[in-house]
Amino acid sequence: MSERSEQAGQLTAKAEPSPLWEVFVRARRGLSHTHVGSLHAPDAELALRNARDLYTRRQEGVSIWVVPASAITASSPDEKDAFFDPAADKVYRHPTFYEVPDGVAHL
Amino acid sequence: MRGPFEFTLALGDDALIAAQRLAEWTTRAPEMEEDVALANIALDQLGAARLLLTYAGELEGAGRDEDALAFLRDDREFRNCLLVELPNGDFAVTMAKLFLLSAYQLPLYTALAGCADERLAAIGAKARKESAYHLDHAALWVKRLGDGTEESHRRMRDAVDQLWPYVAELFAANPAAPVDPATLRADFDATVDAVLAEATLTRPETGWAPAGGRDGVHTEHLSYLLAEMQVLHRAHPGARW
Amino acid sequence: MYGNDFSPGDAPGGGLLGEVEAAEAALRDAAERGRRGGAPGADGDLAEYFAQVVDADQKIEPRDWMPEAYRKTLIRQIAQHAHSEIIGMQPEGNWISRAPSLKRKAILLAKVQDEAGHGLYLYAAAETLGVSRDELVDLLLAGRQKYSSIFNYPTLTWADVGAIGWLVDGAAIVNQVPLCRCSYGPYARAMIRICKEESFHQRQGYEILHTLAHGTPAQKAMAQDAVDRWWYPSLAMFGPPDTDSTHSAQSMAWKIKRFSNDELRQRFVDMCVQQADILGLTIPDPDLRWNDERQSYDFTQPDYDELMRVISGDGPCNRQRTAHRRRAHAEGAWVREAATAYAAKRAQQRKEKVAA
Repeated sequence: MSERSEQAGQLTAKAEPSPLWEVFVRARRGLSHTHVGSLHAPDAELALRNARDLYTRRQEGVSIWVVPASAITASSPDEKDAFFDPAADKVYRHPTFYEVPDGVAHL
Repeated sequence: MRGPFEFTLALGDDALIAAQRLAEWTTRAPEMEEDVALANIALDQLGAARLLLTYAGELEGAGRDEDALAFLRDDREFRNCLLVELPNGDFAVTMAKLFLLSAYQLPLYTALAGCADERLAAIGAKARKESAYHLDHAALWVKRLGDGTEESHRRMRDAVDQLWPYVAELFAANPAAPVDPATLRADFDATVDAVLAEATLTRPETGWAPAGGRDGVHTEHLSYLLAEMQVLHRAHPGARW
Repeated sequence: MYGNDFSPGDAPGGGLLGEVEAAEAALRDAAERGRRGGAPGADGDLAEYFAQVVDADQKIEPRDWMPEAYRKTLIRQIAQHAHSEIIGMQPEGNWISRAPSLKRKAILLAKVQDEAGHGLYLYAAAETLGVSRDELVDLLLAGRQKYSSIFNYPTLTWADVGAIGWLVDGAAIVNQVPLCRCSYGPYARAMIRICKEESFHQRQGYEILHTLAHGTPAQKAMAQDAVDRWWYPSLAMFGPPDTDSTHSAQSMAWKIKRFSNDELRQRFVDMCVQQADILGLTIPDPDLRWNDERQSYDFTQPDYDELMRVISGDGPCNRQRTAHRRRAHAEGAWVREAATAYAAKRAQQRKEKVAA
């Protein structure tokens, strides 16, 4: 549109990528929170709202947790770590088993 | 003259034009997650517009449905406030606009939910929950942009300065209406002041106060918006879609 | 809510939705089943273990060992799929502002929004393979990763929105349903979610065309024109013929892909013929006819030279679509920076509070 956007269009100067958050949703009363996926957001407040828009599409009566993916320690029984890069310190994982830290975020 | 029909029409037009502007962001949002959020808000406004216009058509009793009201009126017949028809500008202008609009719509729909007209009360009860979410979303961004980087602060400050004059029209007294907008001003001010303070912004001085939307005297922008919105519907008179 | 005025009998895609549910059930069954061999030992043969999991129709999960080529293939495929969802918002998004009724406007907005959501699910699935979304988005913006060529065609009339729903989404569903059984867990799960949410997309398109085809002569002509223009590009969505497809054999062995391009294309054609009939529209192929021996329709192949030209960047809208995406990304940079700066400030304040 403008010169400005042409310049900004260069792929060089870029902000830090937003952290990754894992999203857990209680679909209905009586069920436990289940991992539904992940998303990017700069902070917890935005992560929670994005999770609502993205993973619940405005249903009422659900509860959402968002957990910084970096806060998850994964143990995976018949899987082995570090078989491929990036290793376990990178957080791009969908853990099969997880522990949710207490009081992370409630809705 | 500002009876239930005109009042309902004005609210419906506010929501419809706001939806049309918000939907322009589709595929253009600063982040893909925000694309989803803006579409949600546009869908809420559109949903409210459909309920309000349908009811306005019934109140009028001339056989006009939501589409006849949306697509077959000219700009002089629209009753929306000027604020919603202003161009989107950058993301700061859009968020400031949504913030001011929802800080007005929330107390309005809340009051409507308790009014004597059952249909309007039901619409108010549904829409106020949505408005609370819109306000929350917009406030969150007003704070982030106001207290983010130097550039974002400048943009958000400019946006608030640019839009503030259009606030006065929202609260023009209308004692005959189911809810008199003048009674909502204190609520609006409290909400806005708190968020602006947190966003390290100051409320602009009140001065120039353009108005006329409620009487069908709009800015130059509305006619273009309608030309685009109505073009296909008008090209096929009487067709079903 | 959308398009329910068609009974299940004549609604397209109903059977495919059943297949999605079957894939989901199969995924749960496989998770329940024990597997011969158990976990690999300390010096176990990892390749053998990987092959056993795939053979047993179980899912490979993010922390499992996998052949590097498997990982690369998946990243490429999932990323292209994600990019397609995001770029695919543009041709339909083009008509949101001009949708001819408020109901159609709401449906279209919801559909385009869904596509953004699906793009995000898929980027998340790709990220489990150790690549970041930012990297993938950069590859898209730099033109180094592709998206489905179909989105390089323009939407010229409102009927194109209907044709995209019926034909393009229809072809996409035929492609995607088998992916619900893909051997890579996060991709299979994302596809199950996407296919379920997409069930209304094809129906809304079909409904638009049905309404137009039974409307005024001008509306019917608009519908036929759209089908004429979208039919062959939709057939091309299944990719080059099997004889020319480079990735197919290995992807089939890894159970990333389950049917060949030509098998899926045939399946799509067979589905469309009767649906076109109900619409009262003509599929623009004079050689389309039932082959009793094959129990399938014979049809004219799409122009694969054209497909290659569009893939290599010379379709009607390649430049426009990419420029649009780049501009949105560039113009949003200051917003993303502000959000990051705000988050950092708040984190710092919390730290200071704790320290005090």
